[in-house]
Amino acid sequence: MALKFKTPMLDELEKGPWPSFVTDVKRMAARKPACEDWLGLMEMSYEHKEGHWKHGGIVGVFGYGGGVIGRYCDRPDLFPNVAHFHTMRVNQPASKFYNTDVLRKLCDMWDRRGSGLTNMHGSTGDIILLGTTTDQLEPVFYELTHDFGMDLGGSGSNLRTPEGCVGMARCEWSCIDTQALIYDLTMEYQDALHRPMFPYKFKFKASGCACDCVAAIARADCSIIGTWRDNIRIDQEAVRAYANGELVPQAGAHGSEKYKLDIKAEVVDLCPTRCMEWDGKNLKIWDEDCTRCMHCIRVMPRALRPGLDTGATILVGAKAPILEGAQLSSVVIPFMKMEPPYEEFKGFVEKMWDLWMEEGKNRERLGELIQRMGLREFLKACELTPDPRMVNTPRFNPYIFYDPAEVPGGWERDLKDFRSRHQA
Amino acid sequence: MSEEAKARIIEWVKQQKKTKHYFNDLCKAVPEIKMMQAKKIINELVNEGRLKYWSSGSTTMYMLPGQDDVAKEEKGMN
Repeated sequence: MALKFKTPMLDELEKGPWPSFVTDVKRMAARKPACEDWLGLMEMSYEHKEGHWKHGGIVGVFGYGGGVIGRYCDRPDLFPNVAHFHTMRVNQPASKFYNTDVLRKLCDMWDRRGSGLTNMHGSTGDIILLGTTTDQLEPVFYELTHDFGMDLGGSGSNLRTPEGCVGMARCEWSCIDTQALIYDLTMEYQDALHRPMFPYKFKFKASGCACDCVAAIARADCSIIGTWRDNIRIDQEAVRAYANGELVPQAGAHGSEKYKLDIKAEVVDLCPTRCMEWDGKNLKIWDEDCTRCMHCIRVMPRALRPGLDTGATILVGAKAPILEGAQLSSVVIPFMKMEPPYEEFKGFVEKMWDLWMEEGKNRERLGELIQRMGLREFLKACELTPDPRMVNTPRFNPYIFYDPAEVPGGWERDLKDFRSRHQA
Repeated sequence: MSEEAKARIIEWVKQQKKTKHYFNDLCKAVPEIKMMQAKKIINELVNEGRLKYWSSGSTTMYMLPGQDDVAKEEKGMN
């Protein structure tokens, strides 16, 4: 089909061995005028080296302060079919399990009411429906909620759609039921998800183990990462089988050939805390020194398994760079049992939110607040006890700041005298 | 209490030069009220149509109905 606009620069993006979004949009352009205009607008943006989208607006569905992101084109005179091109975020099912029937219904509905373009999935995990007009928002919302049993996800200064890894549904390493937890948090915090109240976005992400398949430690304001507090389960026969080349290491992730695994080089020497020893016959693990990083388990999954006393480590403060640089989460609760109804965890969350709402500046993520006020103040506000496991390298950095009020007997010091010898 | 707080919030918004306000800023109109409580009051104002959400996609702000330039433009488009 001949397109209304010439798109030489976009056409370049169709070359090469990779799937191209341009090809996808061109296919849709045959029956969707909005997609045709979208191509023309994009080509113009590439020509001008300037964006032609205006983002933001008052669009939304009644009673919700999130889930719809207003998008407008700044040249509606040239591209009237993308004058409005709003995005809708749909809360994905926990761990993104759905059947093809739901996917077909969803795509059919979006063909009728939107551009037909989707992004499966956005980085928050939501199903992203790209491009519709203001008058279609309420009908889409009605169909989602009444016909599909689905809901909009979070956007703006809301709790964002909680996300979890595949969890116990398909993974033998999962130490927590991430699907149950994510569903529970989504239902418990509906108000925070749909009605904005925070200084900025807030994300929960749950991974079943330290492999952290949803990258919770890098992306979530509150990362919930499965772990265990007893010992790694060892099958010494299977360890020897790996050493003798009878089993495929890494569960075949790096090739399906069997080879003799050099347990010292590939497992013991790569253990971050050096808590293992291999004498050629038996593998010994000093579990008290293990940080549960999962490396050895990943290399020899038939021989090693997580312990049975499972729960989660809670970390806070990850974010991508905006006000400050990118940050990973910090441990604040080294171990917590994670069983329904998750009351202990929710008690912590609510204290954390109270602090952030009272003290957080506009557009300040939780991690930035902690950086500004100090982890000590955060721990105090959340009634948590400091623990060496909250320190990145406690054995190399033994510096501990004691508060006189918290030490029996306390002490006094003359700050003026101190400052006479030390500049502030 | 709630009605009086609502009136103070609306009055505060009307006095500002800017048209869009963060949640934290609206709370300045009712400093004695805890944020969680203030959220409920502000949501009631939204449900009553006396305030509107404005969202960039990453941040949400509040404004009086009809003040948004985009809304005006959009009205012209329809």
